[in-house]
Amino acid sequence: MTKSTSAPSCSAPLARAGRSVESSAVSPSTRSDAAVALHAKGLVKRYGRVSAVDGMSLRLPKASVLALLGPNGAGKTTTIELCAGFQRPDAGEVRVLGLDPVADGERLRARIGVMPQGGGAYPGVRVGEMLRLIAACSARPLPVGWLLEVLGLTSCARIPYKRLSGGQQQRLALACAVVGRPELAFLDEPTAGMDPQGRRLVWELIGALRRDGVAVLLTTHLMDEAEALADQVVIIDSGRVVAQGSPAALTARSGEQQLCFRAPPGMDLVALAEALPSGYRAEEPMAGNYLVRGQMTPKVLSTVTSWCADQGVLADEVRVARRSLEDVFLDLTGHELRS
Amino acid sequence: MSGADATAGTRFPVGTFVPDPGRGRLGAMLVAQAGVEARLALRNAEQVLLTLLIPLALLVGLTLVDVVALPAPRVASVAPGVLALAVISTAFTSQAIALGFDRRYGVIRRLAATALPRWLLVTGRLVAVLAVVAIQLVVLGSVAAALGWRPALAGIGWGLLLVGLGCAAFSALGILLGGTLRAEIVLAVANIVWFALLLGGGIVLPVTRLPAPLATVAGLLPSGALAEGLRTALIDGRFPGLLSVLVLLSWAFVAAAAAARLIRLR
Repeated sequence: MTKSTSAPSCSAPLARAGRSVESSAVSPSTRSDAAVALHAKGLVKRYGRVSAVDGMSLRLPKASVLALLGPNGAGKTTTIELCAGFQRPDAGEVRVLGLDPVADGERLRARIGVMPQGGGAYPGVRVGEMLRLIAACSARPLPVGWLLEVLGLTSCARIPYKRLSGGQQQRLALACAVVGRPELAFLDEPTAGMDPQGRRLVWELIGALRRDGVAVLLTTHLMDEAEALADQVVIIDSGRVVAQGSPAALTARSGEQQLCFRAPPGMDLVALAEALPSGYRAEEPMAGNYLVRGQMTPKVLSTVTSWCADQGVLADEVRVARRSLEDVFLDLTGHELRS
Repeated sequence: MSGADATAGTRFPVGTFVPDPGRGRLGAMLVAQAGVEARLALRNAEQVLLTLLIPLALLVGLTLVDVVALPAPRVASVAPGVLALAVISTAFTSQAIALGFDRRYGVIRRLAATALPRWLLVTGRLVAVLAVVAIQLVVLGSVAAALGWRPALAGIGWGLLLVGLGCAAFSALGILLGGTLRAEIVLAVANIVWFALLLGGGIVLPVTRLPAPLATVAGLLPSGALAEGLRTALIDGRFPGLLSVLVLLSWAFVAAAAAARLIRLR
């Protein structure tokens, strides 16, 4: 029997048929458009000689979720700060709900919800106090008690912020971002530091925001998060967009399939490639995890398994997969570790 | 249908997040922010030590123990200095430290991301300072009265004006310090300045009792101007003199202008 755990590069993306937003639909115009929540064109932000954001264009339709996916230092947070009006771009244009985030900052901030990276609260403030303060800044906030309850914060409502766990701080930050019933929510790494239950809860909440008509711009470096939540994924690196589209479109783009299996490490990849028809590649990305890239046919599958049998080896956990978003991401942004 | 959609109905009923944004009422925002900040100041043990317990100890100690030569009744000279110290503790030291750590914990960013206007962000802090100072005046004034303090009634209005100006000058300095440096450095500098002003800034020793060069400097410091102005107003019951008022106003304007240019959200 194969177990349900799979090799990391073989994770199957969720099927997203029927509601993908194609990147080809992006228009370069930043004129205000009733169906668009956010429109950015050619954004540039430099810190000294380093360009944190280097010609970024984004388009976020209303009631949809856009995930900015990128390695650390790719410019995700700076992009959010430019869109929320915390920073002035050195070049380019951005319109959020038809407003200039810097010039119309006060009017805009009354209509958006922001979850800054790492949250933010007075070190000694109690959870309930903080959420009530943020709620007081809105005309018709969600009921504070209900929001604390549903986010699992009731039991720590009287605990000072600095004594909360990372996940509790993140949930409070998320509550602060949505309590004012915003039209658009900016969520900077909303699940960083959360346990699986917390992550699940946040995913649910983001799904509910989208369902109820809120536009969401979130950042993440987690592929599964982008695949599960986003209508559109924008992969950025060094401040530039390197790919964008629905998760399905991004993973299908290469049209390449792959066969994954587990076997004892160190098998002869050259011999395996020779056994296969031309155009197929054999790899061992992690010890004992094998990959055969190329169009999969029953013939190829039987060739691989019988070649393994000839080596006296049982190919375990054999399965055919599309490329995952993680594969796309690593191909585009490189495999070396970022600081 | 995504996984997020499939389960969204269970915890978050349909329609929960339908957008309906808007800015809160200015008064409600001000009360909420100033209320939280004043409560935090009164809940923090180190801040209460600085703003109430040390001034109380000095008030009682300097009145009852003859360590510093003062004209009788001693409490008449001690109380105005202690009230000035209370203003410095709350508006400057406590405020700077709180702001330094608030920045560290991202609260200024957090509040700046709401509909709260920037001017209200500062006003809220100032109102919180005034609320704490009002409590200090009542507590310290009552204890001083119990020690025999009988301030000149004619000078109380001038005294309150000076306290207001002192709050302005020291708040501006506190925001300048707390808004520009790293939290640990703010902590150190704010406490050192507090201690230096206590000893050499006209608080414990009236400016006239300080050695000559220091007396000139102390008279131009906001602490000296505030303490001397309060002594004149509350002992003699008359206008504290234009110099005190001008010194406090100048410090307030210069520090506020510098803070407006230099302050950082994080």
